[in-house]
Amino acid sequence: MWTRAVWLGLRASAGGRRGFPSKADPQGSRRVTAELIEHLERLALVDFGSQEAVARLEKAIAFADRLRAVDTDGVEPMESVLEDRCLYLRSDNVVEGNCAEELLQNSHRVVEEYFVAPPGNISWPKLDEKEPFSHC
Amino acid sequence: MATPVLRWCCPGRRWVFAGIGGVSRHGRGVPTGSTSSGKRGQSSVAQQPLITAQKPRKGEREWAAVVGLEIHAQIASNSKLFSGSQVDFAAPPNSLVSFFDASLPGTLPVLNRRCVEAAVMTGLALDCHINRRSLFDRKHYFYADLPAGYQITQQRLPIAVNGSLAYSVCVGKRRSQMVTRTARVKQIQLEQDSGKSLHDSLRSQTLIDLNRAGVGLLEVVLEPDMSCGEEAAAAVRELQLILQALGTSQANMAEGQLRVDANISVHNPGEPLGIRTEVKNLNSARFLAKAIDYEIQRQINELENGGKILNETRSFDYKLGCTVPMRDKEGKQDYRLMPEPNLPPLLLYDSGSLPPGTDPQQVINIDQLREQLPELPRVTREKLVQQYGMLPEHSFALLNEVGLLEFFQNVIKETRAEPKKVTSWVLNTFLGFLKQQNLAVSESPVTPSALAELLDLLDRKAISSSAAKQVTDVKKGNPRAINKLIGLVRRATLGRADPTVIKEVLERQLSS
Repeated sequence: MWTRAVWLGLRASAGGRRGFPSKADPQGSRRVTAELIEHLERLALVDFGSQEAVARLEKAIAFADRLRAVDTDGVEPMESVLEDRCLYLRSDNVVEGNCAEELLQNSHRVVEEYFVAPPGNISWPKLDEKEPFSHC
Repeated sequence: MATPVLRWCCPGRRWVFAGIGGVSRHGRGVPTGSTSSGKRGQSSVAQQPLITAQKPRKGEREWAAVVGLEIHAQIASNSKLFSGSQVDFAAPPNSLVSFFDASLPGTLPVLNRRCVEAAVMTGLALDCHINRRSLFDRKHYFYADLPAGYQITQQRLPIAVNGSLAYSVCVGKRRSQMVTRTARVKQIQLEQDSGKSLHDSLRSQTLIDLNRAGVGLLEVVLEPDMSCGEEAAAAVRELQLILQALGTSQANMAEGQLRVDANISVHNPGEPLGIRTEVKNLNSARFLAKAIDYEIQRQINELENGGKILNETRSFDYKLGCTVPMRDKEGKQDYRLMPEPNLPPLLLYDSGSLPPGTDPQQVINIDQLREQLPELPRVTREKLVQQYGMLPEHSFALLNEVGLLEFFQNVIKETRAEPKKVTSWVLNTFLGFLKQQNLAVSESPVTPSALAELLDLLDRKAISSSAAKQVTDVKKGNPRAINKLIGLVRRATLGRADPTVIKEVLERQLSS
């Protein structure tokens, strides 16, 4: 799903702070910079482990770029394929919850009835030094 | 280095800051600093000596501040925004969490009708344009109390836009004049609340409770139309009263139902706006104005000393009374906003556009909601002024205390005394008494009937006002005092009042 997120980010967008480096070439160069890879890895916590992975990303972007061949002048952008569906409204009744025990079973560590997490976000560079799934 | 005297103007109110960290006096319980004759008291925020320079120095610059607010109000609903788990402030940790709230794979959001109604009602009350079509987005960031890794919100096309919030501040030399100010409402959006993190620094871990995760929030964004802490606090207070009157949120800051973030910048009048900082964690009505004023002063000091303001996020440290940079932010946040793929657009209707033959449960009619809107505080106050000839300040005071208006109206119903007398007694003697005893109106030993009767006696000149005041004083005294009091009253009325009547009234008051 990150392909879509990346593609959406690369398009000029209204609202929302995307923060992607804007490409000078509107067609989009086929090369993805190391800077962008690092940025994506930090944002989405994905691992572009190899040059192969980066090449695959570039191919994916090129593939998506073909959409630009379609003339969409004067066409209202579609928000989702569910646009013509009715958004179902639920009545304000309490029908779920009360399953703390079940939920806590999913957690690596638990204290009383709380999930345990590290004291804060572990900054990305430090992840290189630590094992990915260790907790403090 | 001598502390420069800095001039900071709040429009409509020109005053000079003496020293650093001066704080605007706020009529609602913000701790007042020591007072110097005629000048604003300095708060205990900064440890700088108070310099009461009388004349502005040469080369002194004037500063103007702008304050914008992002207010998050928890929607008063039984269940959460996108799931059917309960909304409750105090419950065992993680007991009010559904599979969706815990972000287990395969779960989907289902929108709560009540939350949409709450948003529309609030939008109507703030004179907003209600968007007939609004959209949901995902705002991504990583934090342990956000299990999905994103928050469902309405950044791009929110449910309501372009409204206004009218509030009042006290101006003038003796702060006796009330003026109305307006802050534009940029938008109102529906969004999810996150869970709660309890930091355990001892064991270097954070405990996560997801009971709050997924609770519906109304985010009300106010444009930077406010210029100081007092105005911001007044705006927040008015919004609180509106939300409570509508029933859309209990808006209790102490219970975390109302949270405020402030965007603050300073500039020289006539020049472009300065760099803004965001101050988060303003969750106390008491410290709201103080924190904002501190930040304004901090920015002024920084710029006056040739420094620069960083576009950063800061937090208010209640113990130190100052704003501090928040550390857990690595560079600029990139929220990767994208449409929420699991929710179609939210469509709202009015009486004209309602499609025929639809299930009323599945459609929301804005016109219907508009008709059902309860009376807004502004209207209530206007009515009080018109009906009883009281000053606007009095109408504000009556609405400012929970249950006080009802108490007042009950007294009015039962007494023959003039409304102005009732107003004066309720706001001065009665309220003063409650404050002294640290009681809420609901805990008052004096009932409306008792006060009404007392005022009747006063009205008939059966007793004097000083005697009547003593009655309320006796409430905390011993029962024996009643005899003394009867004696006093008799003397005060020059023996005209019937002692049995006096005793009856007094006993009723003392025993209730």
